[in-house]
This record gives sequence, C-alpha cells and structure tokens, in this order.
Amino acid sequence: MSMVTLGASRIGYETKTYFRSPDTLFFTFFFPFVMLAIFTAAFSAQGEVGPPGAEISIGAYYLPGMIAAGILLSGVQNLAVDIAMEKSNGTLKRLGGTPLSPISYFLGKIGQVFVTGVLQAALLILAGWLVLGIELPTEPEKWFTFAWVFVLGLVTCALVGIALSAVPRSGKSATAVVIPIVLLLQFISGVYLQWNMLPAWLQDIASLFPLKWIAQGMRSVFLPDGWEALEQNGSWNLTGVAIALGIWLVVGLVLSRVTFRWIRRDA
Amino acid sequence: MKTNDAAVQVRELRKTYGQKNAVDGVSFDISAGETFALLGPNGAGKSTTIEILEGYRSRTGGEVRVLGTDPAKGGLDWKSRLGIVLQSTGETGLVTVAEQLKHFAGFYPNPRDVDEVIAAVGLEPQAKTRIAKLSGGQQRRVDVALGIIGRPELLFLDEPTTGFDPEARRHFWQVIRGLKAEGTTILLTTHYLDEAAQLADRAGVIAGGRLVDIGGIDEIGGADARVPLVRWRDRDGALREEHTDEPGRVVASVVASLGGEPADLEVIRPSLEDIYLQLIRSVDSAAQPEEVLA
Repeated sequence: MSMVTLGASRIGYETKTYFRSPDTLFFTFFFPFVMLAIFTAAFSAQGEVGPPGAEISIGAYYLPGMIAAGILLSGVQNLAVDIAMEKSNGTLKRLGGTPLSPISYFLGKIGQVFVTGVLQAALLILAGWLVLGIELPTEPEKWFTFAWVFVLGLVTCALVGIALSAVPRSGKSATAVVIPIVLLLQFISGVYLQWNMLPAWLQDIASLFPLKWIAQGMRSVFLPDGWEALEQNGSWNLTGVAIALGIWLVVGLVLSRVTFRWIRRDA
Repeated sequence: MKTNDAAVQVRELRKTYGQKNAVDGVSFDISAGETFALLGPNGAGKSTTIEILEGYRSRTGGEVRVLGTDPAKGGLDWKSRLGIVLQSTGETGLVTVAEQLKHFAGFYPNPRDVDEVIAAVGLEPQAKTRIAKLSGGQQRRVDVALGIIGRPELLFLDEPTTGFDPEARRHFWQVIRGLKAEGTTILLTTHYLDEAAQLADRAGVIAGGRLVDIGGIDEIGGADARVPLVRWRDRDGALREEHTDEPGRVVASVVASLGGEPADLEVIRPSLEDIYLQLIRSVDSAAQPEEVLA
C-alpha cells in the first residue's frame, strides 16, 4: 500500500483511539468547553465588556480564545503527550519493526489532530451560538481569515507537539512536562485572561510563542470592529500572525525531523 | 532469496556500551527454514544481538546480513519480510484484537488472513475484546499474532511464551510448528529450555557477550554432557551416582550387589536445561577472576 493510503488508515486508527481515551477526551477535547462555561459563569455579573460602541457578552469575548486554546491542546498537548507515551510503552518500537513508513505515521497523527480539532472548533462555535447566543460573523472574508488561521495554527501546533514529544524522559513524566508549558501559554496569551489587561512586557513574552498569534487571529474573526484598538499597536496585524505561525511551523518541522526516533537512541 | 542461502549471517558481531562489551565477537548462521534458539542468562547479550538483527540497534563492529541485507540499512521492503515479537509490550490497548490485526495486516504486501491468525493463536472468543482487557498471556498471544500477520520469511521471537500457562505454551508450540512447516525461518530466545528443545533445530548459548557453544539441539554441550546418570542409595542409605553410557548394565550390577531393589533408583538423561546450566556455570567460573579485576 502507498504511504498515503496507509496514512489514511492511520488517521482512522488514531482518531478511534483518541475517542476511546477518557483522559485525552477530557483534557484535550472538552477542556475548552469546560473553561468557556466556567469563565462565562464566573464573569457574567460584569455584564458586557469592550470598547464603547462594541460591547459584547463575556462569553462572546472568550469564544475566540477557547478556539485558539483548542488548537493548542489538540496539537501541542495531545501529540506531545501521546507520542511520548507511545515511545515509552513500546508502541513506536513495534511500529518501527513493521514496514509502516514514519511519513504514514505522522500523516496519521496530523490527520487525527485535524479531524478532532475541526470537530472541537465546530462544536465550540455551535455551543457559543446556540447555548450562549453569541453572534457569529457573517462576512465571508472573516471566515476566510478563520480558515487560514485555523489550518496554519493547527499544523504548526501539531508539528510543535511532535517536536516537544522528544523532551519527556518517560511516558509518565510526559504530562508533567507538557501541561505546565501549555497552561502557562494559555494564561499569558490572552486565552484565560483578557489580553488588553496584561502588561506590555508579558505581552511581549507571549508574542514569542504561537498561541498569542492564533488567539489574536481568532479575535479578529469573532470580535466586532472597534476591538482591534485593544491589540498591540491597535491593529489585528494578520500579517504578523502569518509570519509568526510560519516561523513556528518551520521550527516545529525541523525539530520533529531531527529528533524523531522509533526508539530511544542507544549509546 | 534462494532457499540455500543463509537467512541470517553474523560474523564477529560486537556492541560496546561505553567500556562494556555487551556483545563481543559473536558469529553464527541461520539457514533458511531453520529454527534457531539463542539461549543465555539475562544480560548475556541475547537481546542486544537480536535487536541488532532486527535493525533497532547499531553495531560497533562485525558483519551482519539478515535476508541478504545489512539491518542497519534495511528499508521498508526488507521490514515487510520480517516478523518481530518483542520481549515486552505495554501498549494502551484501546483497540480490539481484530481491529489491531486488521490494521497491521494493511502494512504488509501479502498478509495472512486476520481470522485465520486469530484462530491460530486461539483468541477467537476474544476477537472483539479490547486488548487492554485481556490477560497478560492473551496479550502475549496478540503480540505473536502481530508478528506473523505479515507472512514473514524470518520471524524473531524474543521470549514469546513468558506468562503463558502450560496449555497455552503447548498451543503456541503447535502454532510455531505450523510456521516451520510453511518454511518460516525462526530465531527464538527463551528461558524455557524445554521450549527450545521442542522447537529449535539448533541452538547457540551466549554468555558474557560471547557464544560459548553452538550446535544441533541434540549435540550442544558435547557428547560428555549427555552421558546418563544412574543414582541410587546403597545399603547404608548413602546416595550414590555413576555417569555411564550403559545405564542398564550399571542398574543390573547394582541390583545384583544389593541383592534386591535399590532405594530411590533413577536413570537420568541430562535435559537441555541441565546441559545449559552446566555450560553457563563453567563460563561463570572461568570469568570470575576477570570480573574481580574489572
């Protein structure tokens, strides 16, 4: 079978095991839903937020951030933990002894991230619209922005996740290594805390990492005009989003390529 | 590959970890269609050797050919001709036995029938059960099934029956005999010497990274190691033993001299296990001074 056919077979297999794993389902798939529900409930007493003339509900403010968090979790957290586990529990060693190409293996992983990430984002948007009554953008160009930020963000996060999976020394330590990084990024990148309330120096640090740019791209889609004034330099800076994510994509790709082994290299 | 070629050729294989020689000049051949057992205590270099042949580990020195290819350069086509049953696995097992085998069958150009393989390893009742829910012995049978699903020319079995009950072990031996009958070349490591005696045509004994003996399963250890032992109690109740090629004659003379049935009479033909233990012991005692220096 060709690498691509096998890759497709791997996507089916990976997606099946994803949905059969309760830990992954909660901490990766449903986590943004839980956080959206908590933040909406916790801050609902504040009423509407935002610049004059562009006020929105707190749920509407958090929706783009949670979509961005979902992309980060589905890519980075999911793959970094998953592959580190597979390395330590012998899954990769077994696959390495079969004629499965590493390319098919990664097509399977990235495909799984896509299937689950798309489903997650769709459900988040649907829940925001139906349950929280959030108004969705109607302009086609906004949905075009959504599409490219989503795809670029997801591929970048998947590659960064694959690269990060080389760091944990064992499967058991994988969550301990990965989750703090991912959590920290969510706090400083405008996902949990309102972006414009963060001090400039923290915003600058967050700008070094991809999540800030994904969240910014998503805010440009879902927040009404007028909100761009609260961004750095008062602009959505979509060019910056594309450049930052493009750089991280290349970094992730190179690191994945260099660090991946079916088994830990021996001395 | 022509059938008269060796399936596996190993010449002066060496593997060094830092200062330690894990494998230190091992040479052997395995002919196509042969079952070869690699025996030795834990840490002797068995697994390192087998993992070099499987392509998992690099070697420090020596020449290796597996199905005519250097394992360090083996591509996907080469891997499709191998079946590998690793020593231990701890996968999450979120898929069923049938799902796992069907998925793996897709990796190979000419796989065996999934249902036939499930039947061969005796997991028909568990075909729709998730692997995580199976017992340890049943999970091991899944490992074996995954090793043979691709219809391998050469099958590596690294301690395949650890955790099997005696019945499952005998069932497994039947499966392996079936594969042998189809012409599969097999490299087996095991701690069960009766298993090696049952399945292997030839065996190599490895200790301290060196091959201390190699030969037919009926020849290993040399003829002297196979001399039967007669054991009995004399009139005072003391245990007596005699190594002899004529145990019948010895028994007859003991009966004659005692004037009756000797107590605790035994005629023991050394099993492969006895021979193996003696081999390993002699290597250990020879290696002692060296280890003191190290």
